[in-house]
Amino acid sequence: MQKKLTDTKTIRAEELAKDQREISISSFFEKNRHLLGFDNPVRALLTTVKELVDNAADASEEMHVLPEINVTIEQLAETRFRITVEDNGPGIVKEQIPKIFAKLLYGSKFFKLKMARGQQGIGVSASVLYAQLTTGKPTKIISKIDPKKPAHYYELHIDTQRNEPEIVKEEIIEWEKDHGTKVELELEAKYQKGKQGVFEYLKQTAIANPHILITYKGPEEEKVEFPRATNLLPIEPKQIKPHPLGVELGILIRMLKGTNARTLQSFLQTEFCRVGAIKAKEVCEEAKLQPSSRPKRIARQEAENLFQAIQKIKFVAPPTDCLSPISASLLEKGLKKEIDAEFYVSITRPPAVYRGFPFQIECCLAYGGNLDKEGPARLMRFANRVPLLYQQSAGAIAKSVGATNWKAYNLQQSGRNLPNGPLVIAVHIASVWVPFTSESKEAIAHYPEIIKEIRLAVQECGRQLGKYLRKNIRAKQEKERINLFERYIPELASSLAGLSGEKKTEIEDKLNKLLKKNMSSLLKENGKEE
Amino acid sequence: MEKKNKSSKELQNLGKDLVSQIKKGKNPKMKVPQRTINNIVYDKKSNTLKLGNKESTREFFHTGQAKKFLQTVEIAKIIKKELIDTGKHEHLRGIFYMAKRTIPKTNINLVDDQVESDKAIEDLEVITGLSREQLHTSANKMGSVVGKVIIKDGEDAIDWSKLGRGGWSIPSITDEIEFKKVNAKYIIYMEKASIFERLVEDKFWEKNNCILVTSQGQTTRGIRRLLQRLSEEEKLPIYVLTDLDPWGIYIYSVIKYGSIALAHASERLTIPGVKFLGITADDVTNYGLEKHFIKMNEKDLKRLKQISNYQWFKNNKAWQRQFKMLKEFKAKVEIQALSSKGISFISEKYLPEKIKKKEFLD
Repeated sequence: MQKKLTDTKTIRAEELAKDQREISISSFFEKNRHLLGFDNPVRALLTTVKELVDNAADASEEMHVLPEINVTIEQLAETRFRITVEDNGPGIVKEQIPKIFAKLLYGSKFFKLKMARGQQGIGVSASVLYAQLTTGKPTKIISKIDPKKPAHYYELHIDTQRNEPEIVKEEIIEWEKDHGTKVELELEAKYQKGKQGVFEYLKQTAIANPHILITYKGPEEEKVEFPRATNLLPIEPKQIKPHPLGVELGILIRMLKGTNARTLQSFLQTEFCRVGAIKAKEVCEEAKLQPSSRPKRIARQEAENLFQAIQKIKFVAPPTDCLSPISASLLEKGLKKEIDAEFYVSITRPPAVYRGFPFQIECCLAYGGNLDKEGPARLMRFANRVPLLYQQSAGAIAKSVGATNWKAYNLQQSGRNLPNGPLVIAVHIASVWVPFTSESKEAIAHYPEIIKEIRLAVQECGRQLGKYLRKNIRAKQEKERINLFERYIPELASSLAGLSGEKKTEIEDKLNKLLKKNMSSLLKENGKEE
Repeated sequence: MEKKNKSSKELQNLGKDLVSQIKKGKNPKMKVPQRTINNIVYDKKSNTLKLGNKESTREFFHTGQAKKFLQTVEIAKIIKKELIDTGKHEHLRGIFYMAKRTIPKTNINLVDDQVESDKAIEDLEVITGLSREQLHTSANKMGSVVGKVIIKDGEDAIDWSKLGRGGWSIPSITDEIEFKKVNAKYIIYMEKASIFERLVEDKFWEKNNCILVTSQGQTTRGIRRLLQRLSEEEKLPIYVLTDLDPWGIYIYSVIKYGSIALAHASERLTIPGVKFLGITADDVTNYGLEKHFIKMNEKDLKRLKQISNYQWFKNNKAWQRQFKMLKEFKAKVEIQALSSKGISFISEKYLPEKIKKKEFLD
């Protein structure tokens, strides 16, 4: 019986194998565009701008240059647009240009544990591919790394069968910039204003990155400038080695294969943070492996034992100096320059750790002023300084904000929704590895540690806002009280005149004078008779 | 007319005093004797409840008092100008509507509820020492009287014996009527209108030569003033007939000693000579009313305890005995329970027997 079953299984697998062919990168893209942020023409436009801007900002900061990014969108036809993004970053070495823009899954950030905007390296080449698939036009790139050197001009396609760059045109040109990169793409898209539009994205980028100067010219808009609020670059985040608890089995196996360490013990000590000789030996013992065994020879089963052993052992939490938060005051400055409100409060939480990855939460509230008094508050979510515009109500940030009891802070709220009123809630998560729920990087996964930190940050800001509102309400009540006396006085004067037979005007004048005299004591008084 | 001038002057003086304070640059204030239990004194000499000396101050420039201040002055003005000076009277409800209006540029009414204007009128009574009657203010008619009495009310002569079953309905102001002819030996005041109707139908007042008075529940000022005048001017004894429960006993207490709310008017309302006729706790055993017991609830028991501790009852042995028995019964009895002995038992047996034997509580 048993044997027969196994036989049929084998046969089926063989049959299936006949249908399995290598899938080309383009058909993979076609099938998974929703995961990559290209599921509709409106979003494709935003995703492309976003990838280009993120790259530009990351590159400039790495070279310690205050970023200046120009974004232009031109409408060429009903559904065809040209996007140009130009930065003053370090530029790209000639040899690297084709690979960076025209090879999927190529990038410098993939194996690095360092806080950065782009994380998976799928970004910009996906846009190049999308442009190519929808318009057939190559992507045009100008890059210059030094004022003394010439600029390189490329027109690139992606060879979708081999996932390799295909150079359409290559030349050396004159470019007035000292250094930087300019990328130009033509794609099928749809331009839409509003909460998920390019303008909003750039505005929010300007909020979370008050050191970046952004100019934008949209197809329907005048040229706008989002000015800087600071001339200080963010502190450059440090790269860290992975923490043992932050590594999955697959990655562990790849790390074992790729290491230069000779022994398992030295592998553990050199490739991870927070692992010393004692801890390394402890792990080996727990995994029943010799500390002297060669990492490259560790078989799959042994690797799994190693992985299980790591989970059982206590490690010191990873270092947190690898994070570079925006800082409460700069986030507030960013919000102030873009959002016209009357009250701002912000906070940066101390760093915390989820699953071996350090992270840090920041929150800023803006209240009142010209903000819309009707309807729910606006929630702005940021991850490593990048605005998250889609899947607004999904993820840890929306969940934590909704679960906060805003009524305690004098705001209206129904159920576990956003509070109502003229309020902007900005929440930023900084981490070496932001746990998104999908590749399109729009919602933060629900780790309890992250939810807790967001809640604490939001609550602390909420308390400050509540205090302000209560004070405000009191001041308003005091003013109303004085107003009330102003209304009572003519009434009393006429009643008294009728009762005593004296002149009303004289009584009224005297009462008004008395009101001015008594004003200060009336403001304080809350007393009731008897 | 002289009386009216006096009331008008009193109110005007209140106004003039406030204006002179304002002219001197002072926050205008008036002193209002407190009308709370803390300021009620039992005067052993006169056997009545009186207001003590405690006063509270009401100022205009005070967020908690401004509106009350305004209400008091406005109502004083209405009463002086619209009522006293024109010789008209108005009900509490009417005065409420005369004062009710929205203060310009606000959504605030000068008075929102009749309770506020009623309170302002009571305050004016204690501030000026004028009675509500002198302030030309009347309350609802709530009582009836029947008997061989002829009175003069304004221009009309009224014979209380010729008004049929309903009797004369007692107005809220009884100060100004004149007793022309009174032919009665005593007065029975009863809590229940239904007992009044029974006694009228049985011609009790004719047969026994007495006056019958009733109201619904608490005794109105008009009735109390009428009873007091009949007691003082005609020297008639007054007997009170109520249910046997703390509320009934309190009705008697108010007529005899005065009430907390109207302590300031005690002199004009209380009747120290009034006696309690029934239903007494002894009646329960004497007439076998135990089977008509109604269980006392917590509220009843609490009130009973309160009343038994009142100063004027505390040293009254006869009453303390009643309270003790009631407490043991843990039950109350209605006057109507007597009907179980026969529809006219009350008029043919109970009342004549009790009055003959002088079975009263004092």
